[in-house]
Amino acid sequence: MDVSQYLEIFLDETNEHLQNLNTQILSLEQDPENMDTINEIFRAAHSLKGMAGTMGYKRMQTLTHDMENVFSEVRNGNIKVKADMIDVLFQCLDALEEYNTNIRESSDEGTNDNGALIKRLNDIMAGGTGAEDAPAAKEEAAGEAPAAQEAAAPAAGGGFHGIKLDENQQTVLSDAIKQDKKVYGLTVKVQESCILKAARAFLVFKAIEETSEIIVSDPSSQDIEDERFDLEFSLIIVSEADLDVVVTAAKSVSEIEDVAGSVLKLEDVTGAAAPEEASDASEVPAETSAQTPAQSAETSAAPSEAPAAQPAEKQAPAAQTAPAAKKNTANKPVVNRTVRVDIEKLDTLMNLVSELIIAKNSLVSASTMSGNSSPAVNEQIEYLESVTTSLHESVMKVRMVPIESTVNKFPRMVRDLQKKLGKKMELYMSGEETELDRTVVDQIGDPLMHLLRNSADHGLESAAVRKERGKPEVGSIFLDAYQDGNNVVIEVRDDGNGIDTKAVKNKAIERGVITPEQGEAMSEKEIIDLLFNAGFSTAKVVSDVSGRGVGLDVVKSMIESLSGEVEVKSKLGEGSTWTIRLPLTLAIIQALMVEIGEEKYAIALGSIQTIEDILPADVKLVQAKEVIQLRDLVIPLIRLNEILDIPSKKEPEDNLVVVVVKKGDKLAGLVVDELIGQQEIVIKSLGKYISRCKIISGATVLGDGEVALILDANALL
Amino acid sequence: MSDTGATYEIDELRPISETTQFIVIKLGDEQYGIDIKYIDNIVRMQHITRVPKVDEYLKGVINLRGEVIPVMSIRIKMGLEPDVETKSSRIIILKLEQQGTIGVIVDEVKEVVTLENDRIEKMAYDSKDERASFLSGVGKSDGGLISLLDLNAVVLDPSMM
Repeated sequence: MDVSQYLEIFLDETNEHLQNLNTQILSLEQDPENMDTINEIFRAAHSLKGMAGTMGYKRMQTLTHDMENVFSEVRNGNIKVKADMIDVLFQCLDALEEYNTNIRESSDEGTNDNGALIKRLNDIMAGGTGAEDAPAAKEEAAGEAPAAQEAAAPAAGGGFHGIKLDENQQTVLSDAIKQDKKVYGLTVKVQESCILKAARAFLVFKAIEETSEIIVSDPSSQDIEDERFDLEFSLIIVSEADLDVVVTAAKSVSEIEDVAGSVLKLEDVTGAAAPEEASDASEVPAETSAQTPAQSAETSAAPSEAPAAQPAEKQAPAAQTAPAAKKNTANKPVVNRTVRVDIEKLDTLMNLVSELIIAKNSLVSASTMSGNSSPAVNEQIEYLESVTTSLHESVMKVRMVPIESTVNKFPRMVRDLQKKLGKKMELYMSGEETELDRTVVDQIGDPLMHLLRNSADHGLESAAVRKERGKPEVGSIFLDAYQDGNNVVIEVRDDGNGIDTKAVKNKAIERGVITPEQGEAMSEKEIIDLLFNAGFSTAKVVSDVSGRGVGLDVVKSMIESLSGEVEVKSKLGEGSTWTIRLPLTLAIIQALMVEIGEEKYAIALGSIQTIEDILPADVKLVQAKEVIQLRDLVIPLIRLNEILDIPSKKEPEDNLVVVVVKKGDKLAGLVVDELIGQQEIVIKSLGKYISRCKIISGATVLGDGEVALILDANALL
Repeated sequence: MSDTGATYEIDELRPISETTQFIVIKLGDEQYGIDIKYIDNIVRMQHITRVPKVDEYLKGVINLRGEVIPVMSIRIKMGLEPDVETKSSRIIILKLEQQGTIGVIVDEVKEVVTLENDRIEKMAYDSKDERASFLSGVGKSDGGLISLLDLNAVVLDPSMM
């Protein structure tokens, strides 16, 4: 079977399962007895195994299979979850991730058998189960769907006899019998080795539906689709064909071991419908595919309640699977309603929207140029404007994903760091649902990881020191994300030592980054900013966690490449806060167009505070620099014509047009010649060839086809 | 058809030697050749938006079908007189592997010539002549000698060397 076309989906889903496993095993460590978690892990491991098997990745399959076995034993209460077991499991996840990476790179899983890990897993199994050599297949069967298994083997014997019928179905069946149609009960048994049971079941359904109508199935068709059944499922069908024909059709599907069927008579139909309180619940999923999680949970639980002969202890595991099943289906509709889209297609779409906005801008300028624009044209242009703006917003939203996918790996990382560094720490995260452009989310992981490691390694003190200082022994690291206007802010905060500015200064002098004299004159903030210099590390001992001096400067440049900025606030002895500020979108912004001399420039609206008209007499000199006073604030003036080397059109006695821009808490007044107006602009890169011009952050194409440059207010300050 | 006949036909089709096509441009009185495989487009002179604080030879950026493309002056780069814009001035858009898309200003675009590779003389490297470092060779065609531009050297950013 050619599976290459499924490779992308396989990789994506594997990633999701691995992430899920990471999270679940972490929570298992906190709460080793939680059956929900154990079940969830089991399910994820089982799905991984199935997927790896289907794709032919044997090593991956073997490893997940053994993990699954361990969990099966845990679930049956034969093994208790211990700390070393968690460690082994995490190593397994790492190994699986490695397989996944190999597959992504070369579509081959590699040759690492991970024999040592498998042996340890087996040791855990042996330790827990003693001499009992648990046949894997049996466990799987026990694990997959206890509810289904029990439902499939009720005291009565044949599977379909156990099916409960509600009134509607009874009526349909008895009507059919009265009309001389034939009603059969079928029990289909799938081979034990079958991997895609749901697919086989689907083929059986299809084969049967050619000649017959399926009235009811057990488990429900939804459960069968989700593979929540054991090796057997039962059907009651109405058919015009002979029983043999139907059975042969069903048997013709490969990997089907056996199909048992018999003709049902009127009394069977009505007799099987002994009054059951749960029967209502089973009707819904069987008849309609749209089902609510609550109902599906009921159905999973229902079969186990139904047969009276059910042994009491068997009900327990069934009830436990119910909440897990509920979780699954709670996610289900979401999965069904989303479409995986290649990011490149979204990029193309975004580019087209950009083109459209440029075309719209051209239309606007063409209509004002011609001078005699009619009201009707203006109206349509305004309408077009609102449509393109909404279109842009929608496309932008499509590209937005929660940062969850990136930050979810951090609790695991902090746990590992804790062991490695021998410090006690806890990571608290909030705002994982905050959304950012997909490209940004993909790239923000590394800088955040650096900052977290930094906090764990340099920030937090050892438990002994913390105790001495009267802090709780367990250090806290916080990762908070939230939206702030047109920006998304991500903060990494710790309650550790804070930045020792003296140590930083001494180090900088020692490294020759600054001279001692310079050091004297520097403010605390300037000293802290030294940390972002390349090749700077204050850790006294270089550990493999951080301190190789390739941390903070990389963080800064990566964040700047995303048009973001990073800031530190720190208080010695109390901790540090690293604030990353990122723009919501990278491609299209609202900007103020200004004119300086003969040239047009754009300034991002987001960085503009106010626009002022200033008399030349109000410009004062402070330390030979021009400043203006604005509502008790002294703001330095920047004459853009001087910075940009353009002769100004203005005479010295003319009033100054000052655009006040802000960066953090710093303000500056940019002197321009003329204001043109506000415009939605599409940011285009100047390319790496001209990238050395720091004060220009990009370019945009104006309505008349000319290029205008975008001033980077941050770089001017 | 006989065997010899077939062989004869193939011989007819096979080129005598490998050839390269060049676009011949003029800078002042001299003719230069640009390998056609690097040329994406040739556009008329248009308004170039100046970019402040960059080297003199970088004239600025233009809008080419919605893309912002940097434009440079070969004349200034090679130490010739600055460009004088005339009716025949053109911007040749080059697509290079390393530098990406970039436009160069030329005085005039003359023609396309096909040169046989064995008629291209490699430059004897003369360190005294600064202009020679921008050339990859000299080709002989009916119209006289054509200096072939080494685009990577022309476009190379001197501060990055």
